[in-house]
Amino acid sequence: MKTFRKLVYPYCVWLGIFVVVPMLMIMIYAFSQAGNDVTTLSFTFNNFAKFFDPVFINVFWKSIKIALITTILCILLGYPLAFIIANSNEKFRATLILLMTIPQWINMLIRTYSWIGILSEVGLLNNILSFLGLPTVSLLYTDFSVIIGMVYNFLPYMVLPIYTSLNKLDPNLINASYDLGANRVKTFQKVIFPLSIPGVMSGIIMVFLPAVSSFVIPKLLGGGQYMLIGSLIENQFITVGEWNFGSAISLIMAIIILISMYVLKKFDKDITEERGSKA
Amino acid sequence: MIKNKTGKFISNVYLIAMLIFMYLPIIYMCVFSFNSSRSLTRWTGFSTQWYERLFSDYTIGEAVYYTVLVALLATIFSTIIGTITAIGLSKSRYVIREIITNINDLPMMNPDIVTAIGMMLLFASLGLEKGFMTMLIAHITFCTPYVILNVMPKLRGLDPNIAEAAMDLGATPFQALIQVIVPQIAPGIMSGALIAFTMSIDDFVISYFVTGNGVKNISILVYSMSKRLNPTINALSTIMVSIVTIVLVLINVVPVINAKMKNKKISEEGNY
Repeated sequence: MKTFRKLVYPYCVWLGIFVVVPMLMIMIYAFSQAGNDVTTLSFTFNNFAKFFDPVFINVFWKSIKIALITTILCILLGYPLAFIIANSNEKFRATLILLMTIPQWINMLIRTYSWIGILSEVGLLNNILSFLGLPTVSLLYTDFSVIIGMVYNFLPYMVLPIYTSLNKLDPNLINASYDLGANRVKTFQKVIFPLSIPGVMSGIIMVFLPAVSSFVIPKLLGGGQYMLIGSLIENQFITVGEWNFGSAISLIMAIIILISMYVLKKFDKDITEERGSKA
Repeated sequence: MIKNKTGKFISNVYLIAMLIFMYLPIIYMCVFSFNSSRSLTRWTGFSTQWYERLFSDYTIGEAVYYTVLVALLATIFSTIIGTITAIGLSKSRYVIREIITNINDLPMMNPDIVTAIGMMLLFASLGLEKGFMTMLIAHITFCTPYVILNVMPKLRGLDPNIAEAAMDLGATPFQALIQVIVPQIAPGIMSGALIAFTMSIDDFVISYFVTGNGVKNISILVYSMSKRLNPTINALSTIMVSIVTIVLVLINVVPVINAKMKNKKISEEGNY
């Protein structure tokens, strides 16, 4: 069987060139001065120091804030949805899951773009409001429109893992809980919810990650001046041309995300292990 | 669990509300693709002029061509590389397997934009001209990990003795690979290929940073068009939405109908 071990080599080379080297390149750029040749590389922390300028730190916090709000909204909206789907009758369930996944197959830019027509000054929402005799609101190019766009795009990433973990749940456990005298609220609190936490956890990872680094949604629904960390990076590379500073921001973001993922996964593991040892 | 009537009612209302939330923008866009004026907000009458413009627009046709071509090539390459690597990994020593799977996770865990600028920096310092090739390389790179992820679990459940037996009976390792191992893990390869294809079709961020020389995929085109109001995007989107919906419905409905027909046949035969 050792003959097959060699099959790994080509991809090792590929990973080295196209995954590892690019990460190293980001690091090199992040720690070096602009306009430098590889031969005259000079080490500097300037790019990181620049990031701590209040302007950029604010962008950073704002991104975290928007991503957190998006994640929380996705849990609040997505959990009941997953719960309802998991509890609907079997024939209907497949259709509902299909309905949840169809929008995901549509290009993300197109889905986001379509909100402009609804939220704009003279859009559908304001037409409805004025039809009802209510004052119109300007929603496009605000935090609100960006959050709506994110929730809209990432909600299925929350619903599907929660649905999967609810679906895997052994109905006997729920029946046992009822038999032992727990009411529905108690059963949900003590049995269903704790067992669905792995689903919620992967939902959080799958929503928070793209939300914190997205630059398309803030660009389309936040307007040209709206800055989140993703759009800041894009700006540095495409518009400003400061690759070194852009690399430094990317490095900071990548490290924060990899660490938080590690922590979340560990936390998730601890919970399951704790349950395992109790049982 | 939701047993009483009010509970059922509330959950149905909620379900419908969420479905409206998910589909309203798409339906809205499809409707306004038939609007006679440029406005995305005021309905002025039915027309198909945006579709006519769409089909006469050379850049759109080109973008569709590049999107499909890159997706097909990236799927083929990443499926082959991913499958071979997964098979190799399943036979590798633990340490090597751990190292490679961890590096393999990087493109999936890293935010797209980080992968994208890493690639962009690499291509820039290699002096590669940005365009079709760079885009294809980038797509293969971010698709392959998903193929490996899908194939690996299938290999774990495989009996190693079967390939061993094939070789004892005179098969070359290559024959054993193609005729014995691959057929057994085919479902994993298929789902990996499907995911790779959709990831590639859908990608914007990575393509945006690594392409150049006028090579655009649909996402990049939509992005550049969306800077001003442009109903041709709606027309293009409507067509894409229709294709996706039809394909998905067919994939999901046809097996059900087939199964029903079979059941019917069996029960009819039973009647005779």
